[in-house]
Amino acid sequence: MAAFLPEKISILFRRSPLTGEKASRAKHPFWVMVRKEVMDHINSWRFMILLGLMLLTTIASLYTAMSSLQRAIAEDTATSFVFLKLFTATDGSLPPFITFVSLLGPLIGIALGFDAINSERSRGTLSRLLAQPIPRDYIINAKFVASLLVITFMMIILGLLMMGMGILTTGIPPTPEEFWRVFFFLLVSIVYIGVWLNLAIMFSIKFKQAATSALSGLAVWLFFSLFFTMIVNIIVESTAPSHVADINELISYQGFVQNLLRISPSQLFSEATTTLLVPTIRTLGPITLEQASFAIAGPLPLGQSLLLVWPQLTCLAAAAFIIFGISYVLFMKQEVRSRS
Amino acid sequence: MIKENIIEISGLTKQYGQLTAVDHLTLSVQRGEIFGLLGPNGAGKTTTILMLLGLSEPTAGKIKVCGIDPAFQPFLVKEKVGYLPDEVGFYENLSGLDNLLYTAALNRIEASVAEERARHLLEQVGLTSKAHDKVQTYSRGMKQRLGLADILIKEPEVIILDEPTNGIDPEGVRELLALIKELNQEKGMTVLLSSHHLYQVQQICDRVGLFVEGKLIAAGPIKELAFELFKNDPILLEVEVEPASAQLIAAIEANEHVTRVEQNRERLSIFCRQPVATEIATTIVNHGARLFHLSQHDYGLDEIYHRYFEGGM
Repeated sequence: MAAFLPEKISILFRRSPLTGEKASRAKHPFWVMVRKEVMDHINSWRFMILLGLMLLTTIASLYTAMSSLQRAIAEDTATSFVFLKLFTATDGSLPPFITFVSLLGPLIGIALGFDAINSERSRGTLSRLLAQPIPRDYIINAKFVASLLVITFMMIILGLLMMGMGILTTGIPPTPEEFWRVFFFLLVSIVYIGVWLNLAIMFSIKFKQAATSALSGLAVWLFFSLFFTMIVNIIVESTAPSHVADINELISYQGFVQNLLRISPSQLFSEATTTLLVPTIRTLGPITLEQASFAIAGPLPLGQSLLLVWPQLTCLAAAAFIIFGISYVLFMKQEVRSRS
Repeated sequence: MIKENIIEISGLTKQYGQLTAVDHLTLSVQRGEIFGLLGPNGAGKTTTILMLLGLSEPTAGKIKVCGIDPAFQPFLVKEKVGYLPDEVGFYENLSGLDNLLYTAALNRIEASVAEERARHLLEQVGLTSKAHDKVQTYSRGMKQRLGLADILIKEPEVIILDEPTNGIDPEGVRELLALIKELNQEKGMTVLLSSHHLYQVQQICDRVGLFVEGKLIAAGPIKELAFELFKNDPILLEVEVEPASAQLIAAIEANEHVTRVEQNRERLSIFCRQPVATEIATTIVNHGARLFHLSQHDYGLDEIYHRYFEGGM
């Protein structure tokens, strides 16, 4: 640890009068690295494939939303958020847009991060990079920032495309609130994909082989999207309180199950995004019929919806930061040897 | 002329758990010389180089490179030192020129200056015609030369080359070594190179350090090194005679300057303190044997190396 600390301090003192002029005219090395990483991503086949997949998703979910929009609107007389239905409505044959994103998001994150560090290592460029007068953490930071930028571009493109095509096909423009709701939805998606990106970067540091790293990332993804709910179900069945238990016990038990499910980032993501895109959702926890009985059915304002999902958002961001922190430490401690 | 030490290492030790990779190494390299760090694989050469660059922390000991301690100011050292790692890699999807420009940008070299330097360097290493080709089309030797251009773009004071001749064909090696020599002479650049290809390194190094199991066993110009290591029998005569009878060998051994004789069929290896080739030839002819071949061997590093391990000095 002590080895990289002085490097950081020395950056602070870098802007000496001697090097000052040179430094101001040339671009900062960190942004040079970010730019190169972004270029690498954009020029790669994998980016094209991911973009293609996402475009297909947009078209498919728009199609499924269109075919069920009429029924969805008819069912929901209380609200006027027709436009948001494009993102959540489904006719049953295909999942809606938000489910697609929660399913494919991890794939994007893993695909952009799984060979971040180990490919540099196996190409022999890592030791060459480290021999340049740049702090070591620039490498991992630049990789993360570049990938996140690419993800952001991708999500914004998708969101706008979805909105644009939605306007074209339905003829209904979004209200400002709907626009902001979609905006926050995209933001949550970016954070969510960021979690998976960091996980993939962590594996790329840990495993020397890109294939192992990709597989580990996919395994975690599959675990959370397929097996995790099954495991939670088993726990639920074995620990459920008896039917004669009183109401408070049942409620706290329900809360426990929900928190268990929330270990999975995709659960957090789906709670957050559903609340944002379906304004009529008023609570995420269990409520009794008693509590709901005098409630007036109506949508929550955006601020309240955000408040409702704030814990989910914080958790997702925290997960991303924690995983990045682990990767950072792993990377800083790693021995530099060429190609091994 | 008093030469300044550009690299000073004293009591340098690096331990990986129980294993001591570098053991109390003390060494200095003078400004403007080519110093060869020689030793078998796993002798601790790369570890030493990594510590010189501040990429690895020494367990004990002190290093000064250009007067800077790399363990505390790796940043400054990396500005002054160019390091060409073993098996250097490039971004294969970029052209050679772009790879150089990227390195230049990381060194905060202004784009126009970088472009000019890169073109000049590519010309110097003979890659001008391939400058715009992707690196994936380059041969190993070309990549190595590009690597040399890559470390020179920041105009370093010292260049450190880790196994620069590994995996290149003989002609490529010759060109690369000539290039290194040229840089050293034209720009007065200090070169530290590590290798286990002793013969190649012998051609260009001013001084060498022999490195075994983390210890420096000898350092100096190659000729002195041989003398220092083989005080008893610094000269080797290779002789081919027929018949190589026992009496003949006994007669040769009787010579006061000969320390020992090794026989391999008709070939005799005669170790001696003085150059006594003519006397040996006379002895052979006097014994009625036919002399086919007689040559005096200067100790190359190969012999030094070989004898070190054989003799278990």
